[in-house]
Amino acid sequence: MSTHTLSVLVENKPGVLARVAALFSRRGFNIDSLAVGETEHPGVSRITIVVDVEAGSLEQVTKQLNKLIHVLKIVELEAGSSVQRELLLVKVRADAATRGQVIAAAELFKARSVDVTPDTVTFEVTGNSDKIEAFLEVLEPFGIKELVQSGTVALGRGAKSMASLSRYVSPNS
Amino acid sequence: MSTPVKAPKPGPQAAKAQPARPKAPKPAPPIGAPGAAPVLTGAQAVVRALEELEVEGVFGIPGGAILPAYDPLLDSEKVRHVLVRHEQGAGHAAQGYALATGKVGVCMATSGPGATNLVTPLADAHMDSVPIVAITGQVASSAIGTDAFQEADICGITMPITKHSYLVTDAEDIPRVLAEAFYVAATGRPGPVLVDIPKDILNAQAPFVWPPKMDLPGYRPTTQPHGKQIREAAALIAEAKKPVLYVGGGVVKSGAHAELLALAELTGAPVVTTLMARGAFPDSHPQHLGMPGMHGTVPAVHALQKSDLLVALGARFDDRVTGKLSSFAPEAKVVHVDIDPAEIGKNREADVPIVGDCKAAISAMIEAYEDGGKERLKTWWETLDDLRGRYPLGYADIDDGLTSPQYVIERLGVLAPEDTIWTTGVGQHQMWASQFVKYEQPGTFLNSGGLGTMGFAVPAAMGAKLGRMDRTVWAIDGDGCFQMTNQELATCAVEGIPIKVAVINNGNLGMVRQWQTLFYDKRYSQTNLSTHHSEASPRIPDFVKLAEALGCVGLRADTVDEVDDIIKQANAINDRPVVVDFTVGPDAMVWPMVPAGVSNDEILYARDVRPNFDDEGQI
Repeated sequence: MSTHTLSVLVENKPGVLARVAALFSRRGFNIDSLAVGETEHPGVSRITIVVDVEAGSLEQVTKQLNKLIHVLKIVELEAGSSVQRELLLVKVRADAATRGQVIAAAELFKARSVDVTPDTVTFEVTGNSDKIEAFLEVLEPFGIKELVQSGTVALGRGAKSMASLSRYVSPNS
Repeated sequence: MSTPVKAPKPGPQAAKAQPARPKAPKPAPPIGAPGAAPVLTGAQAVVRALEELEVEGVFGIPGGAILPAYDPLLDSEKVRHVLVRHEQGAGHAAQGYALATGKVGVCMATSGPGATNLVTPLADAHMDSVPIVAITGQVASSAIGTDAFQEADICGITMPITKHSYLVTDAEDIPRVLAEAFYVAATGRPGPVLVDIPKDILNAQAPFVWPPKMDLPGYRPTTQPHGKQIREAAALIAEAKKPVLYVGGGVVKSGAHAELLALAELTGAPVVTTLMARGAFPDSHPQHLGMPGMHGTVPAVHALQKSDLLVALGARFDDRVTGKLSSFAPEAKVVHVDIDPAEIGKNREADVPIVGDCKAAISAMIEAYEDGGKERLKTWWETLDDLRGRYPLGYADIDDGLTSPQYVIERLGVLAPEDTIWTTGVGQHQMWASQFVKYEQPGTFLNSGGLGTMGFAVPAAMGAKLGRMDRTVWAIDGDGCFQMTNQELATCAVEGIPIKVAVINNGNLGMVRQWQTLFYDKRYSQTNLSTHHSEASPRIPDFVKLAEALGCVGLRADTVDEVDDIIKQANAINDRPVVVDFTVGPDAMVWPMVPAGVSNDEILYARDVRPNFDDEGQI
């Protein structure tokens, strides 16, 4: 088993996320992370899915995904040839005694403080999952009160784009 | 798309702008009338689109949410509606129609329970790649999500068992959605498509533009095979010493039977036809080894098992064919042709994957094939012919004073008109129908292979007969299956659809009983259906009386001597449906058999009889 990142372009239609997500569970695959958003064209959305499977199963799930009528294109983004980012918001215990240390640790990770109270600081940080994990490890001793993490979003490196969306969009939609 | 008139939004203003109750529908203006597109209600648009799509028959039942669509249907001169007695019957009838005609079958139901009753046929059509379109009414848009009366999220429920589904949100979309639904259902790997239309959308008005512009940017089925792979496949066939053409339902779906015959004769390779492909290759052809799989013939099973090259044509390496997958055809290379790329490599790795339509792919293989001489197949054919000689399909009568079910089915096959269409339910009778009726033409054996839906036979026969009124349609059914869907005989009687039903009545859920005999120490838990006459109880139900109550002719053959006469009587009745209750023994079993979960090498020719394969030098 290994982690794979799939970038899936879909028509922005009602129910499309349910179709994609349900397909994974129906075929017995677990989604590690999932992020959906509009693209440069409002008619097309991009779903980034991180899934932990063997290569053979990945091929099967990709083929099954391709059969969904609303799926336009799928590419696997390799870690080396793509930029992969997650967003983390984390609320850490930080009183007058520890605040300085907490903020210094955050600076090493280029995290921004976005909310401060007498007892806590909330940070915003982006990065790949390794960086996020390392950051959380550093904060752990201070006391993490709560956190929220987005799914991974990813784009291939280089000048090329995954697809010209205009070919998928009919002039009247 | 030009949209001169926008459909009014539902609401108080819209109610003022148009009468709250739709007027009696006027006939829609002719297509191509000068000026703007005609403005129709959503309901009229549904019926008009069905007419444009050349739909001859719709099977369905009206109800609250779909009611608006039934009003214009009353006036349609082109679309015939068949009022079924249960929505499951509508779905299977649409399947039978599609399988018998090659066209898209259509069924219609109301929201909630009407729609959920279609779930089984949709799942069946999905497994067996049958092109049907189901049109369901939905509660009004404003009520969706409120747990309204007869509300069910049928799009959500059927998501995993349809090729695609639509929830229509604008009456203007109806022509496009229906055109797309028919196109998606019929092209690529065929399958079921659901169109769910809320009641307010059926009542709303919108311009009807035909032909509509389809918008399916993500749907591009590959039909033309790749030339390089075709040449590789042809080269492998020319070299193989033990090739087998493993033919599946895709060959029937693509209408590739003529090409298959040509390829088989050109290469001299043996042919096996799966349950879904019976009839794709003539049973009378000397290269045909019969059906492979759990209840396949010994030569067919053995041929796949010992082959050095499987040429899978529109087949999907189903577990009922392969047995234990890891020990299936261990020495074979695989050429796999399928229009669905996801089937290739799903269960068995393919050495030469070919994505494309079977007809195109087989034609291309014929073109690319350079004969390496039939001499290389001599030993292979000697082995297979020897097995054919020693292990033909057959059965032994059981000494219980009752008719053998296999005999009844064999006689039905012999006495029926040549181009008869056969349907079956699921179980022992289905396997015997596959084994003992001889099929020469594609599209003559319709059954539920993938899902294994009991109760398929009667409604599927009804649909097949409506599509092919010129052909005799025999449903071979079991007494268990028959009791699941026989209410559609009332439909057949009322609508003038004279099908024939042979109930192979062994008084039991026969296939389950067979497994209880073999694997549960003859502990017959819940398999006796009491449809046989005994001193303790009468026949419940009495199928002859039941048939008569449903407006059919009811006949019975209790003894073996009556079988031929009764079949001839049934064959002679063509103005009404006929049901024949054949009383048969409960102890007959389906052989050969590969027990579930073991290697195909473990095939049994009969109980405790393992075939003697010479190359193993055993027994």
